[in-house]
Amino acid sequence: MSLANPQERLTVSGRRLAGLVSLMARHRVAAVLGFLLIFPFLLPYEALAVNILIYGLYALGFNMVFGYMGVLSFGHAAFFGLGSYATGIAIVHYGVPWLPAIGIGIVAAGLGAAVIGGLAIRTRGIYFAMVTLALSQCVYYLVYQMEDLSGGENGLRGVDVYDLNIPGLELTLIDPLTKYYFVFAFVALAVWLFSRLLASPFGAVLEALRENESRARACGTDVAMSKWLAFVISGLFCGLAGALNAIHLTIVPIESLHYHTSGLAVMMALLGGMGTFFGPFVGALTFLMLEDVITLVTVHWQLFVGALFVFFILFFPRGIWGTLLHWLSR
Amino acid sequence: MNDVTTSAEPIMRAESLGMRFGGFTALKDVSVAFPAGELTAIIGPNGAGKSTFFNLISGAFPPSEGRIYFRGRDITRTPQHRFARLGIAKSFQITNVFPQLTALENVRFAIQCMSQRFNVWTPRGRFAEMTERAASLLQMVGLDQHHHRLAMNLAHGEQRALEIALALACDPALLLLDEPTAGMSPEETTAMMDLITSLAAERTVVLVEHKMKLVMGISNRLIVLHHGELLAEGTPEEVRANDEVRRVYLGQGDR
Repeated sequence: MSLANPQERLTVSGRRLAGLVSLMARHRVAAVLGFLLIFPFLLPYEALAVNILIYGLYALGFNMVFGYMGVLSFGHAAFFGLGSYATGIAIVHYGVPWLPAIGIGIVAAGLGAAVIGGLAIRTRGIYFAMVTLALSQCVYYLVYQMEDLSGGENGLRGVDVYDLNIPGLELTLIDPLTKYYFVFAFVALAVWLFSRLLASPFGAVLEALRENESRARACGTDVAMSKWLAFVISGLFCGLAGALNAIHLTIVPIESLHYHTSGLAVMMALLGGMGTFFGPFVGALTFLMLEDVITLVTVHWQLFVGALFVFFILFFPRGIWGTLLHWLSR
Repeated sequence: MNDVTTSAEPIMRAESLGMRFGGFTALKDVSVAFPAGELTAIIGPNGAGKSTFFNLISGAFPPSEGRIYFRGRDITRTPQHRFARLGIAKSFQITNVFPQLTALENVRFAIQCMSQRFNVWTPRGRFAEMTERAASLLQMVGLDQHHHRLAMNLAHGEQRALEIALALACDPALLLLDEPTAGMSPEETTAMMDLITSLAAERTVVLVEHKMKLVMGISNRLIVLHHGELLAEGTPEEVRANDEVRRVYLGQGDR
């Protein structure tokens, strides 16, 4: 027996790790949710944990078209922002209770995705990215101009949901941990739905479109229709993330709609691992933690995050989670 | 026996097809009919317009002129993704599979495309009948040992066979094959030709081929294109005896 051989021991522990990862892959929803459930206790403060939840969900929705279908959109800020603004406006101007307001946010984002997707879906590659970018900037300026409703440059203030008014439960979002689990409940539902979608025949269509669009068409897939549908579903998830962000921040900053926010989704998905289930959350975690740590040292934190991003693109294009999966599957 | 094989009507008919790319005329006034149940080969030297003709009848793009009928129905402007459901399947000249999916997933997806429902909810694993059909198609093309290998890791000949399985997923009445033996070794070529012959027993096959020798033995009919025009058509014997065909085509040696 050569158990003393360090090489051997390494492969044994490597195999154990691979076993753990494959267990996580088989129960991906449970794995993500289990981690997120204990997550706030691993961080110095809960607000960061809530940010990571929300941006992880945003990147997850984005990953449907980017990672799973292989289409790069530069306009997802529109759906995040529309979800935020619609929820915020419903609460601030119309006194809508928080739950239907979140629904309104999701619907608004879905409608935005239906229109932008409908216009852009016939273009491909860089043209698709450019068309979605341009159209999302149109949404930005439109909302910017509607100052009475949106608050314009200052953003929408006063999205105050403190008391959840759930009969039998006395929950208030002033308590940061309560707020975390409030957001977590929605993220959990979304992650489960997302996993169902990926596992369904529709998930197979996404993969097929990423792998080979012309072959998928020859097999009988209505490519334009399928892409549009994926885009709309992706928009719904991003809209939910936006709606939750409005309640989390109690304001909707105009930057939610800015193309910088679109870029965030791309960065997080790439950093974590495009087309992987855990990637968006790993990406959001890495990005926001780095931002949090580096801003303590210098205001030029974006310089460091940018450098890291370039490093990953050049040397680990599969992203953090994707690289880990790749190593373990060899 | 498939019912179409007994009918005398051509399964597909092309009426004065023409195709121009800018100022270049790739195809001019080609009218042909494909009798049901037969194996028709379209041959011609390089640049004869074979691929253009194939792309038109398989719906890759609409013709500049002319019409295409399938079972009497005008399909000239039918979008390509409807072809599979009509019963027309094609294989590509350059191997065209889903590289990062396994052989089984490749075929199962093609089968899934034929189901009526658009499903975003039920786990794929529940559709056992799709997996079974995929497995039987893989067996038919000789890939039953390779269910779980990624398509990209299959040998060239195996990838071509997988593509045939993808085309067969819609149980086509008309199978269109664009140079199915391109780039194959002699052994792979023989196996592919045997497969095509066995498929032709149950359905109409139209085959584009560059090497005339290959198709002489197995096809019922030949269509010869030259400079984008129809040069000759008929049985292999008739075409072989045609002086013009000899001049433009056979005279070039082994091509």
